[in-house]
Amino acid sequence: MSTDSRPFIEIKDLEYVYPLEGGEQIKALQGVNLAMERGEFVALIGPNGSGKSTLARHFNALLLPTSGTVRVDGLPTSDPRHLGAIRQKVGMVFQNPDNQIIATTLEEDVAFGPENLGIPPDEIRQRVEAALAAVDLLDYRLHPPQMLSGGQKQRAAIAGALAARSSCIVFDEPTSMLDPLGRRQVMDTIHQLNTAERLTILLITHSMSEATLAQRVLVMDAGRIVLDGSPAQVFSQVERLRGLGLDVPPVVEIAHRLRGWGMELPSSILTVEQMVEALC
Amino acid sequence: MLIQVENLTHVYAPGTPFERVALRQVNLQIAAGEQVGILGPTGSGKSTLAQHLAGLLKPTAGHVLLDGVPVHSAPRDHRLQVGIAFQYPEDQIFEQTVFREVAFGPRNLGLDEAEVTARVRWALEMTGLNSEVMSQRMPFTLSGGEMRRVALASILALRPRVLILDEPTAGQDPQSRRRLLERILTWQEETGLTLIIISHTLEDLGHTLERLVVLKGGQVVADGPTRHTLSDSALLNAVGLDMPEPVKLLQTLRQKGRKVRTDLVSAAEAATEIAHVWGLPPPPGPSPRRGGEEGRGA
Repeated sequence: MSTDSRPFIEIKDLEYVYPLEGGEQIKALQGVNLAMERGEFVALIGPNGSGKSTLARHFNALLLPTSGTVRVDGLPTSDPRHLGAIRQKVGMVFQNPDNQIIATTLEEDVAFGPENLGIPPDEIRQRVEAALAAVDLLDYRLHPPQMLSGGQKQRAAIAGALAARSSCIVFDEPTSMLDPLGRRQVMDTIHQLNTAERLTILLITHSMSEATLAQRVLVMDAGRIVLDGSPAQVFSQVERLRGLGLDVPPVVEIAHRLRGWGMELPSSILTVEQMVEALC
Repeated sequence: MLIQVENLTHVYAPGTPFERVALRQVNLQIAAGEQVGILGPTGSGKSTLAQHLAGLLKPTAGHVLLDGVPVHSAPRDHRLQVGIAFQYPEDQIFEQTVFREVAFGPRNLGLDEAEVTARVRWALEMTGLNSEVMSQRMPFTLSGGEMRRVALASILALRPRVLILDEPTAGQDPQSRRRLLERILTWQEETGLTLIIISHTLEDLGHTLERLVVLKGGQVVADGPTRHTLSDSALLNAVGLDMPEPVKLLQTLRQKGRKVRTDLVSAAEAATEIAHVWGLPPPPGPSPRRGGEEGRGA
């Protein structure tokens, strides 16, 4: 069923309605269209309540469309026969890693996914070892997960998805609760998995600086994707983003303000290094 | 002095293989009406200190005094002067509607229903939630960021004298984050509230608070004006915190021989400084951005 010619994630006219008590409804997604290729690293930003997490939960059929279609590697999520395959292909890492840690040692926790897929024990061992090595936690394999730091726990959750051989990981604000060191570790790991393992990545974040690390940035507002482009394209729309309640990275803001003073600066400036180069 | 922390030491699970010293000989004084940020990496003891300030933990050694009275052993009314919102506030939500959730605390204080209603409205609006729309919603239909704000509103509705916020803006979009901090700071200035914000993100604290206390390994390693701390690269490196981007930019420019100030934390201040040093003429008409409010958190 899967063909390489179509996008890995293909979403058409997706609508999702949360039912409320008393017959009220909340339209969380109102017509989302999106195609993501294999190996793409996409950041998803937007104000609170704009539908980011609702959209992300459609990537592995945690939610099913009220109308429209979501296909993962060609498989429609609304067909229950594909549920197992879709959940194996797309892993999820949430904001609070404590909510998805279940075992008493790190390696058992990482082995949980492949065990449930019915993989033979020898292969599970190999997969767990490779997954822990990929997130640089091999030395901690026998540690109780709750004794790890926040950044280590998030990397443990990533290892769980790797051990299940997911080819896409959806991250829902994975760094919100982490300190700068933990954030760097997780972002380095995400970057590494995308470049070295060609993993497809969707990263939901409130950090505009993190979003600049992706190849493509999507902006959601009120259940729709309203901007879609490279980080430089999206963050050049300073006024538009402000209007949506979003910020731009500090360096982009400084460049924007300096342009207001009449300074000529390239629109591609996203980092301190690029800004220094333009100024000196 | 409103809050006095004297030689506070806290040891978790003493005498077991899991024994861990979370705070060592911490000394700290906070005056009424101060706004203080407590900053430090994971495991530095921030949240343990916050719980001590609220009287929720018993010191292994040392004292935490509120108005001269040890807060842990003080009567309930004394302890209730300190409100604390935890790091994962959505864990504390249990009621069926947003209104009842926020009303729970004030009702337990024995306030009459009109006062309870007024406080719930005020508290929801403080956190940027529309009280009309939100009051009858079930908490579990809210987004993650909205749930956090409901949990914060339930603390605000108690009108504490000392408000401790543990990572208050995690999971909030940038504008909600900035507005939330601004409303709390305005309220703080109007009422003389003592505000203590625990965080590891410099972006949040950067230009909002007057004083920063930096913790590492359970000890206070710095305590002083925010601007000073956030431009101290040696200190930030030592505790594993990232320098704010505007400071990083200014310091790099300075290393390249440009005579810029390096202690400017907000993007607005940094841009103005660069414009001056580069000798740019002032922009025509009103300034390129409306400064003030927006400059603060940018």
